[in-house]
Amino acid sequence: MPAEPQIDVPRHLFEAYERLAAGPTRPIAGGTDVMVAITGELAPIPERMLDLSRIDALRGIQLEAGSLVLGARTTYTEIRRSALCREHLPVLVEAAATIGAAQIQNRGTLGGNIANASPAGDMLPILLATDAAILVGGQRGEREIPAKDFFIAYRKTALAPDELILHVRFPLPPGREVRFRKVGTRRAQAISKVVMALAWEDFGSTGWQNVRVALGSVAATPIRARKTELILEGARPTPEAADLAAEILVRELNPIDDVRSTADYRRMVSARILHRLLREAGGW
Amino acid sequence: MSAYRFLVNGAPAQVDVPGMRRLLDVLRDDLGLTGTKEGCGEGECGACSVLLDGQVVDACLVPVCQVEGRIVRTVEGLSLAARERGSLDTLQEAFLEHGAAQCGICTPGMLMAARAYLDAGGGPDDESIREAIAGNLCRCTGYTKIVDAIVAVATPLE
Ligand SMILES: Cc1cc2nc3c(=O)[nH]c(=O)nc-3n(C[C@H](O)[C@H](O)[C@H](O)COP(=O)(O)OP(=O)(O)OC[C@H]3O[C@@H](n4cnc5c(N)ncnc54)[C@H](O)[C@@H]3O)c2cc1C
Ligand code: FES
Ligand code: FES
Repeated sequence: MPAEPQIDVPRHLFEAYERLAAGPTRPIAGGTDVMVAITGELAPIPERMLDLSRIDALRGIQLEAGSLVLGARTTYTEIRRSALCREHLPVLVEAAATIGAAQIQNRGTLGGNIANASPAGDMLPILLATDAAILVGGQRGEREIPAKDFFIAYRKTALAPDELILHVRFPLPPGREVRFRKVGTRRAQAISKVVMALAWEDFGSTGWQNVRVALGSVAATPIRARKTELILEGARPTPEAADLAAEILVRELNPIDDVRSTADYRRMVSARILHRLLREAGGW
Repeated sequence: MSAYRFLVNGAPAQVDVPGMRRLLDVLRDDLGLTGTKEGCGEGECGACSVLLDGQVVDACLVPVCQVEGRIVRTVEGLSLAARERGSLDTLQEAFLEHGAAQCGICTPGMLMAARAYLDAGGGPDDESIREAIAGNLCRCTGYTKIVDAIVAVATPLE
């Protein structure tokens, strides 16, 4: 039988904060990452754990002052069923549908994906592309961390050990479009080889503004391809712009070889995904 | 150790175990319900699928403290209602008729994933059914017969 560390099951945030402040404690939300790690002994077994499943403050999907706000404990199934997500940020629904299969979608949470900070975490490029902010809290108070400052190094985040992710705020600027594409091995259950989110604002005459090209599985953390973004800033999704952006992206990326894929393959696939998304956006 | 109480297949259950014990181990070892199988122990194969408040989950990824006060259904519960009539659940009948089980290791989990799909109002289209059982691996059947069996149950009777 796998290890069975001690676990506390608080009902309120303040109790959770007390526990976290008292010493090293590993939270568990849906358990789809942390249970695998414990059973497979992939990491040192935590001494104490903290169940987040009873804390209602971490749940819910709301519209607040021009932003869509998702509780950390929102599951992929809840995202897929959310009328608010479908209306205001359908790319979340699209991405949630590609994560694992039903068993994982029913349990896995947005907060878990973020805290786990796998370079292959599928929701993470969307956070980067939409300028999302991550609200975290603990006994020392709450703070909001922009997604672009959150993923510091391989599986290392700006979250302190005594803090929880409370929710994620996605700003909803008018005229913004967001696209998502994931390439894995099989359709369901696949860890991404490359995952990309592309966002832009289009007001007609000025060309694309605030372009974001974010990728997962091509570096130690989810990243933005800033040179490629610059090429597309002020541009239109023409065949020429797409060719150029794809070429810049290939040069800009510095992915890794690993068991799932080679660096060259990842570069090539990334360029192809971007090209395809631009072609679809341009309608050619 | 703590006492955790929940419903399993309609009957109250209580176990005195560590809160991080996997629901899979609680079902098989503490409650003797060995219909739920362990394949991979890491969420990949779906052999341990059960319903938690009606949603299909991998019991190997659920710590029992999260099950407190909730409703669990396992493959043993599938035929409970039908047994009163001296038969199996319609899904189990269909699996038998279509030869959808060979070695049988995947079958309990497959049945539970299919049950969740049907209970949520899922219809007989091939693609949706394949998506619903995408988290359940089968090394024997090639899936076609499993899908056929689920289609048969999902197809409304004339
Ligand atoms: C079979 C399988 C398929 C998968 N497929 C995919 C996939 O396609 N794409 C993908 O991106 N991922 C996939 N995953 C990984 C996983 O399901 C996701 O990362 C999921 O979002 C994790 O959420 P969770 O709630 O289950 O996390 P948990 O396992 O509960 O927690 C993960 C980590 O986050 C921490 N944590 C959780 N919530 C909080 C919080 N609120 N505050 C602070 N820390 C917190 C935990 O301490 C832990 O370190 C898969 C996993 C499995 C087993
Ligand atoms: S044993 Fe649980 S998914 Fe394989
Ligand atoms: S019948 Fe053998 S694994 Fe499915």
